[in-house]
Amino acid sequence: MEWVSANLDLIGTLALDHLRQSVIAIVAGFLLSLPLGWVAWRYRLLRGWVITVTGLLYTIPSLALLMILPVVAGYPATSETNLVIALTIYAIAIMVRAVTDGLDSVDPAVRRSATAVGYGDGRRFWAVDLPLAGPVILAGLRVTAVSTISLATVGILVGVTNLGYLFTNGLQRRIIPEVLAGIVAVAVIALLVDLLLMLAGRRLMPWVHSRVPARRSSVEAAA
Amino acid sequence: MIEFRNVTKRFPDGTVAVDSFDLVIPSRKTTVFVGSSGCGKTTLLRMINRMVEPTSGTVEIDGEDVAAKQAVALRRSIGYVMQNSGLMPHFTVAENIATVPRLNGETRRAAKARALELMDVVGLDASMADRYPSQLSGGQQQRVGVARGLASDPNILLMDEPFGAVDPIVRAELQTELIRLQRDLDKTVVFVTHDIDEAFLLGDQVAILAAGAQRLQTGSPSEITENPADDFVAAFIGAERGKRALRVKQTPHGPVLVDAEGRTQGVLVEDGA
Repeated sequence: MEWVSANLDLIGTLALDHLRQSVIAIVAGFLLSLPLGWVAWRYRLLRGWVITVTGLLYTIPSLALLMILPVVAGYPATSETNLVIALTIYAIAIMVRAVTDGLDSVDPAVRRSATAVGYGDGRRFWAVDLPLAGPVILAGLRVTAVSTISLATVGILVGVTNLGYLFTNGLQRRIIPEVLAGIVAVAVIALLVDLLLMLAGRRLMPWVHSRVPARRSSVEAAA
Repeated sequence: MIEFRNVTKRFPDGTVAVDSFDLVIPSRKTTVFVGSSGCGKTTLLRMINRMVEPTSGTVEIDGEDVAAKQAVALRRSIGYVMQNSGLMPHFTVAENIATVPRLNGETRRAAKARALELMDVVGLDASMADRYPSQLSGGQQQRVGVARGLASDPNILLMDEPFGAVDPIVRAELQTELIRLQRDLDKTVVFVTHDIDEAFLLGDQVAILAAGAQRLQTGSPSEITENPADDFVAAFIGAERGKRALRVKQTPHGPVLVDAEGRTQGVLVEDGA
């Protein structure tokens, strides 16, 4: 604990870096997955390809990706961009499937009904399909968020500084409290982000939690 | 007036849902398509607002081919009520009713006012405005569905088995309500059902359909009951047995009418008596 109290500033700075890198990747992954997931949902023929290929992205070892990306894209391996792009790719690997599954989960009768009352295709997507796919997409987003925040620590191995620094530095110098502090800090950030997403979900999708059993009218109850 | 001219619908799998169908649906009357499931009655209904496009033939509204109109605008101008209400689960009751006015660009405030007005028309308490459909009973959801269909004050109201999924008592309530509404609003209603009693109760004109939307008989309920076109129609409307088969029974107080179950349905009043 002594080490922790003496290094609170360091932990705070690293935590902020960590959070920034993760959040950018989570948001970018989410935004890019929307069109990809939609394409996979809309065009049956492309579906297998899109889901399989994006899913396979997750099998690329993270360290390898962090070393190959700079070579391919021509930026320094130690840059934050390198880590953020790698994390975005992993986020897409999880999120595309969640978006497709979410759109699949929308009741076709509701979709048909929306068309029948006069929603054009584009408007229906934003006003009906996407909100109703929301609960499934949010579930995917929460997994993505937690996994991204935990995965981000690998950045330190190619020289991108974040909470992962506490692991490598602590191991090299045999300061176990430093390693433990890193683990706790990552877990706390992950839990906080998860909590925020859950609360945002409740706020944006109030209908999901309003399934109070309908009070039947006396006439129906008698029937 | 809605007119079907030689309309055929063949689905990609080869089934012919509608085969050379002709019919004139008069304005400001209720026309009911009745037939067993798979007879093409829903397909007919959906061709009116272009949810289904005919393979050949035309559907005209007041002399204009619907195929020439923009589908989205056409659908907004026609009320549509379906089975299981078809409400948006993520919209509140008021938002659901206000859907079409909002799509037509009305302000949130004006649309909400219109929704509250319609809740009153269909007999829903204003306190339900902010509930979600999942918090309502089946009968209440159907009322919301009817209110949504009426929200933009369309001339035509299409109703696809709207009361099929509610229990008999609520159904009777909703049917009575629809008759009252129709008396006040005077819409051209096209109603689809598999229930002949419902068809005879609501319809000014009833079309009895068999597979391929083949029209077995069309006419007012009285015309069909008095003069069924063939044995199938007679059996379908229950003219031989069931509650439309009445026989006279003499009682000390005069003749009464008794149905096949032996229940007395009414008293026979002689002309001039």
